[in-house]
Amino acid sequence: MSSPEPSVMRDITYAEGMARGLTEVLERDDRVRLMGQYFFGLTEHRSKTVEIRKRFGERIWDPPIAEIGYVGTGIGAAISGLRPIVDVATASFIFQAWSQVANEAANIHYMTGGQTSVPMVIHVNHGIRGRGAAQHSHSPQAALWNTPGIKIMLPSSPRDVRGLIHTAVADDNPVFWADHVKLFDVTGPVPDEVEAIPFGVADIKRAGTDVTIVATSYMVVRSLEAADVLAGHGISAEVVDPRTIVPLDRDAILRSVAKTGRLVVVDEGHRSAGVGAEIAALVAEEAFDSLRAPIRRVAALDVPIPFSPPLEAFVEPTLAKIVAAAQDVMDRRRP
Amino acid sequence: MALPALPSHRLMAQFRTMLRIRRFEEALIELASTHDVGHFHVYIGQEATGVAALDLLEEGDVGYTTHRNHGHLIARGVDPAAMLAEILGKATGTNRGKGGTLHLASAEHGFPTTSSSVGGPIPIAVGSAFAFRELGNGRVSVALFGDGALEEGAWHESANIAALRQLPVIFLVENNSLEALGQKANEYPSSTLASTRLSDLARPFGLPVAVVDGTDSRAVHVAMRRAVRRARALKGPSYIEAQTVRWPGNRPLWPQQLTGPTDLAMAWDGSRIGDEYRAWHERQDAVLRFSRELLAAGVTTGERILAIDDEARDEMTAAVRFALESPYPEPREALDHVFA
Repeated sequence: MSSPEPSVMRDITYAEGMARGLTEVLERDDRVRLMGQYFFGLTEHRSKTVEIRKRFGERIWDPPIAEIGYVGTGIGAAISGLRPIVDVATASFIFQAWSQVANEAANIHYMTGGQTSVPMVIHVNHGIRGRGAAQHSHSPQAALWNTPGIKIMLPSSPRDVRGLIHTAVADDNPVFWADHVKLFDVTGPVPDEVEAIPFGVADIKRAGTDVTIVATSYMVVRSLEAADVLAGHGISAEVVDPRTIVPLDRDAILRSVAKTGRLVVVDEGHRSAGVGAEIAALVAEEAFDSLRAPIRRVAALDVPIPFSPPLEAFVEPTLAKIVAAAQDVMDRRRP
Repeated sequence: MALPALPSHRLMAQFRTMLRIRRFEEALIELASTHDVGHFHVYIGQEATGVAALDLLEEGDVGYTTHRNHGHLIARGVDPAAMLAEILGKATGTNRGKGGTLHLASAEHGFPTTSSSVGGPIPIAVGSAFAFRELGNGRVSVALFGDGALEEGAWHESANIAALRQLPVIFLVENNSLEALGQKANEYPSSTLASTRLSDLARPFGLPVAVVDGTDSRAVHVAMRRAVRRARALKGPSYIEAQTVRWPGNRPLWPQQLTGPTDLAMAWDGSRIGDEYRAWHERQDAVLRFSRELLAAGVTTGERILAIDDEARDEMTAAVRFALESPYPEPREALDHVFA
């Protein structure tokens, strides 16, 4: 399905890419069901579900507020022949369903010795969306990365989200799909023809030579802005977007670091034991000899996400923090 | 006392299965005295429930069971040798050594996955029923769980979803805590619910409720038949609570063979019953009860019962030998099956 040289590309928003991906998998696979109705959060993009609902209403289920119940329902439905895409809405709510995600879905294929598969997709809107405070701002991907048995996709562009949805639905395993609501208005080119973007293949979102910035989800957008600022200071930053962290394209990260000799990892999750921490550890173990400066992590500080705007900005990984981290590793260059 | 309205050969097949479950669990308790199988749970005393209920399922129907799964799997035809091999962590086990006693699963026998997380399998059973309804394939899903799972929020959420969608799922609660409410020192904990009538927890959702004696195979059969018909007709979920007393050997934290290996002759020779566990042997033991009912109905003889018992014991002896002689998996197989 994947086409290396798409003929016609058109600019659409991330939200439109999502809606297109969901519509296409509903069109192409009778087994697909949508469970939940907050794929676009409470944003204005909610209206996109109206069109989907008009065409596929019987295949959309609005469950009760029962995360254990409907995530478990998705697991059982996947075991018995459907391809459910279960929307848990705000990522913080996935803790309500944690036993089903981490102790059931993740373990079933392994614990049955390969007898049973769980081909479901679990969707959330993650991250610091603004005024979400501590209970509506989580990025649980690091915790799930520490839960073997779940694939994790973190798209950052309209093309990626649309293409990764196709791969997620075709996958025979539980796939955790996290969007960031701040991505919904981001625009970018998407091919007219259907395209499946494979898991485990990173995308170099911007090529550069001085410093590698590895980022996921909305942090890719912010890192690209940082790369623009850095270019003004004469620093050439390469922005690597793994797109999926399970599986992780280790080679693409290591190749980039071998070229630049410097690494900044940007992660909206918390700093300790985070996605960024794991990527930093990978590079420290596998590419130590390439490094010309210490690795820098830019991540949410290790406190619950606060409500008040200046407090939130102090805690989150901002553009200024990314720029400062890249400048810092440049200043520490070794001869 | 009465038997299910079934032909004699079906009744005898059910009896054979109940007895095989009993001898399996007795063999396991003995095996566990010399081999570390981890914490385990046995189905002794509940055989009439599992066998009578699951006998009504057809190929393609699924069941989701718990840490107390051995009886359910044998009732649907899983090979005891592969189960014991799994319990010892062997490569020939049902789960290739990845599950152990708490998680025995056999997808080809309608047990896609077994969960030791209390309440965990209930919404998954609802999910299979969700798929069956969407696919219109006439299949039925059964959530098998104990009274303790009714303490979990998973029960409440699952019952609500099943009722809202009129899903073809049966909640078969095996309440094995009669006379065991509360907890004594060094005993396994029991139900801790404010509601003393557990079936009250199903009523707000409008589920049809049947509360039956779990050693009464006819009552189990009748309730389950009604629930299966209702599910296949897509008329909605049902709640069945099968009540049994707790087998004395299940009261300690680890199962112990307190009542002695089952002596089937007690079914027709009361003089063999001692005083210490008289209530168990006279009234509460499901296998002895079914034996007495078969004898009273003239379906079989004591001699025939003992012959079937010999076969069951021989089968379990061979199953233990198979499990002990089977190889362990290669250590590197730990890396297999993380993803499909």
